[in-house]
Amino acid sequence: MQMTPPVINTLPRPAAIDETPGPAFDQLQKKHKLTTTEYARVKDILGRVPTLAELGVFSAMWSEHCSYKSSRVHLKRLPTEGPAVVVGPGENAGVVRVSGKLCLAFKMESHNHPSYIEPYQGAATGVGGILRDVFCMGARPIANLNALRFGLRSHERTPFLVEHVVKGIGDYGNCIGVPTVGGNISFDESYNGNCLVNAMTVGVIHEDHIFKGYATGQGNIVVYLGSATGRDGIHGASMASGSFASQDANSRSTVQVGDPFTEKLLLEATLDVLDKGLVIGLQDMGAAGLTSSAFEMAGRAGNGLYLDLDQVPVRTTAMSAYELLLSESQERMLMVVEPAKWPELQRVLAKWQLACTVIGVVTDTGRVQIHHQGHLEVDVPVDPMTELAPKYERLMRARPAPSISGPSFNQSAIGAIQAHGPAALLLDLLQDTGDKLPLYRQYDRHIGTKTVHASESQGAAVLWLRSEWADPGEPYLGVVATATCNERYNRLDATLGAAHAVLKSARMIAASGGHPLAATDCLNYGNPEDPEVMDDFSRGVDGISLACRELDVPVVSGNVSLYNETDGQSIAPTPMIGMVGKVKDVRLCPLAAPTGPVELFLLHGVKFSPEFGGSLAAKALGLPLRAGRAPQVDWAQERESMAFLRALSGAGHLAVARDVGDGGVLVCAAKMAIVHGHGLALDLGELAGTDGLSGYFGEVSGSYLVAFHSGSTAAALNAANDLHYCALTRVGAVTGSDEVQWGQWSLPLAAARHAFSSSLPLS
Amino acid sequence: MSVPTAASLTPKFSPSGKLRIGLVQFPGSNCDQDCFDVMARHFGVKVAPVWHTQTELPALDAVILPGGFSYGDYLRSGALAAHSPIMIAVKAFVAKGGAVLGICNGFQILTESHLLPGALLRNSNRQFICEYVHLATASGQSVYHQALAGKISRLPIAHGEGRFYIDVDGLKRLQDQGQIALRYASPTGLTGPEFNPNGAVDQIAGIVSANGRVLGLMPHPERATDTLLGGSTDGLAVLEAFLSSFT
Repeated sequence: MQMTPPVINTLPRPAAIDETPGPAFDQLQKKHKLTTTEYARVKDILGRVPTLAELGVFSAMWSEHCSYKSSRVHLKRLPTEGPAVVVGPGENAGVVRVSGKLCLAFKMESHNHPSYIEPYQGAATGVGGILRDVFCMGARPIANLNALRFGLRSHERTPFLVEHVVKGIGDYGNCIGVPTVGGNISFDESYNGNCLVNAMTVGVIHEDHIFKGYATGQGNIVVYLGSATGRDGIHGASMASGSFASQDANSRSTVQVGDPFTEKLLLEATLDVLDKGLVIGLQDMGAAGLTSSAFEMAGRAGNGLYLDLDQVPVRTTAMSAYELLLSESQERMLMVVEPAKWPELQRVLAKWQLACTVIGVVTDTGRVQIHHQGHLEVDVPVDPMTELAPKYERLMRARPAPSISGPSFNQSAIGAIQAHGPAALLLDLLQDTGDKLPLYRQYDRHIGTKTVHASESQGAAVLWLRSEWADPGEPYLGVVATATCNERYNRLDATLGAAHAVLKSARMIAASGGHPLAATDCLNYGNPEDPEVMDDFSRGVDGISLACRELDVPVVSGNVSLYNETDGQSIAPTPMIGMVGKVKDVRLCPLAAPTGPVELFLLHGVKFSPEFGGSLAAKALGLPLRAGRAPQVDWAQERESMAFLRALSGAGHLAVARDVGDGGVLVCAAKMAIVHGHGLALDLGELAGTDGLSGYFGEVSGSYLVAFHSGSTAAALNAANDLHYCALTRVGAVTGSDEVQWGQWSLPLAAARHAFSSSLPLS
Repeated sequence: MSVPTAASLTPKFSPSGKLRIGLVQFPGSNCDQDCFDVMARHFGVKVAPVWHTQTELPALDAVILPGGFSYGDYLRSGALAAHSPIMIAVKAFVAKGGAVLGICNGFQILTESHLLPGALLRNSNRQFICEYVHLATASGQSVYHQALAGKISRLPIAHGEGRFYIDVDGLKRLQDQGQIALRYASPTGLTGPEFNPNGAVDQIAGIVSANGRVLGLMPHPERATDTLLGGSTDGLAVLEAFLSSFT
């Protein structure tokens, strides 16, 4: 198979757009979300007025979603290197080494705007997109996670969104056969008009078989693989790069439609052709569809591409070049193939019954040139388009500090708890953070037969990696994965809040006896043109950088989602962190909740100072959201406690470990007890504070509730004597009684269980 | 009608003495690798893949129809797979007394192919359900009944269309002929609607053919073979019974 581009000079160009100043041109520019300066730059690069298709190409490639124009200047501050890193940011997914030649490819990505408009398809295609990012590198996906943020439970749209987002995630993952094992969900008023759907995929890959998306080799053919192109999702990338007005909830036509069955075929076909060495370069057609995959592949290789849109498989008639280029139809790949391998490639792909068509050729022009029905619709130089892509150092302005200081807010919170009643508050908190099983049970969590712990275990997800690529000395090797962020801390302090998202992930991994390897970030913020939002973003990057440096966890992949605002209302900063870690022996992984009565110990900082700023208690009590301070962090103490847990776990002492998070020590302990129907007796003694409440309901960093295997307690306490920054204190027990009791208060177990199990469904 | 026992059937070992088991892969099958892995790891059996477009089975002693979403299951689950080329060969294999294990989507394909009676409908709560269930062994004469007699098995389910349905006469036939293999139950083996996750008729989770050699079940025995993965190894007994159904 050879494909020779026609002599480009002889092809007529279609008419350029009409740039006569006036409402029509203003409308055109607005629709393409290009500023006047950006439009002028388009003309500079082309040396002429663009065609409509070219305007669409620039609009998509320079959208916030594709170009990171507001965020690039900040993202370079993230630490991205480490001994385990094999592939850092910039590729489709990051890759880290786990054991021997066995590596993990992983990434998290947002699909917020589509999910708010059409939650089922939006969430489903979010899962599909992140899966393709991972398997187009040659990795086999082994786990999906998701982090979801919705408006308040009482908000009219929330139950609808939750139901359909969960169904969309489930249907897609269940059908393709990748278990959905972890993640996190919460409800906050700032998401009332803009939910967050962040999907993460972890795949396994051999270190020597990592595949990157390069369009190399002049004369090599460009092959289109997968679903036919339709009109769905046109302008998805620019939609995801603008703010919402609430009536946009009806703009369904920009949302893609997912087909997990085709994706399953595409997955198997992709891994098959990569394994057989039939492909030079391969790239998912994701945001901005054919346009971005063509430019990215050509750009990475420093080559040009000629594409003939007449050859693109279509599922509808009379599609224009503009539509063909910008469609975000799902389950499509672009491949670069040596002509000699084309017959063999066709033979292999026939097995998977996927459409594959030659649509172009690699050239040495340094330009992407696109033909459609006798016209040269697009003729754009690749490097200038990328190098001259707008990059903004947007205006930043720090928000005013919270009006109420930490100590005085803590004091008022105590007053509010006393007025509300501690027992009543515990019930509220248990309901808020309660059992999400009605949601998790819609996800296949067991397929792949690797799942040691999934969401219902209430800790990090743990998978047993049985791989011939791993060090044979580690037959029970495991991966631990998390995806989480506390938006309340971020609203209060965008730096510390982002650091907490990293810390929480690392603590969950440590509580599973694991060692964190690397992180992926999904930075969800509001409108970057608002200086306070941009300042939040910058601080978020600083917070992640700080925590990742302190904990030695590089960021190897990620995604930025800006313009999460509706009707001028931005979401709380939500720098979602996904993290993967290694467990040497999954048989030793502690549980997050004991199966029977046990003595409970608190591993905590020598300095134990609970805070109510951004706490779950403050939210439940209706206290101000930007008041007080988030838990303070002592990095030495965090590191020491994590190392201690790993050592105890590795020595086989640790039966149960759970990091103390939302709701503080009491909520953590209560959930550990009641999930399996047990009672609780908790006495924090002096740690409770002089008011007798702070230690139970306040929130802290660097703390864990733990329990030991029988016969291990003495050894653990002995080991704790060597700690410098931490202490291990006996604080009570999970009991066989029918009471949840703490300090001087108590509740019937049945009431606590009822609250816990009535967290969902919402409607 | 008399139910042949395993011993009355001719052993079908290959000359090498190795078990020859084939697993049919449909586009959209997604539990195939788990079955290969489990059979190799726990039983030392290398299961041979059989692609759906094949019109003949190789020389086999038994066939596995794995879980998944064959052809996307966009019609009814299993409906398209039932009309695939390989199923003609599987039907002929069953007609000759061949042993078949259909798990989840495999069970759906068996009913859609009329190799087992009844149908599998959308779960009564209209949601996909993934959870561990307990299963009581029903009474009957098949190898499965004998191997699992009196046992309460804890296995995971993961399906959106697993509600077994059959008309009253059909149900009576299943009951009278001892074809009901497994029923959803409490951890102590009580059966009743409160232990039934999907609304199946008579709490039915799995049935066997009249000759006892074809088992279809919604739960996944291949996912319950390691204590580490969910705490149950009860799937091993089901798979062992499958292996003994043709040896």
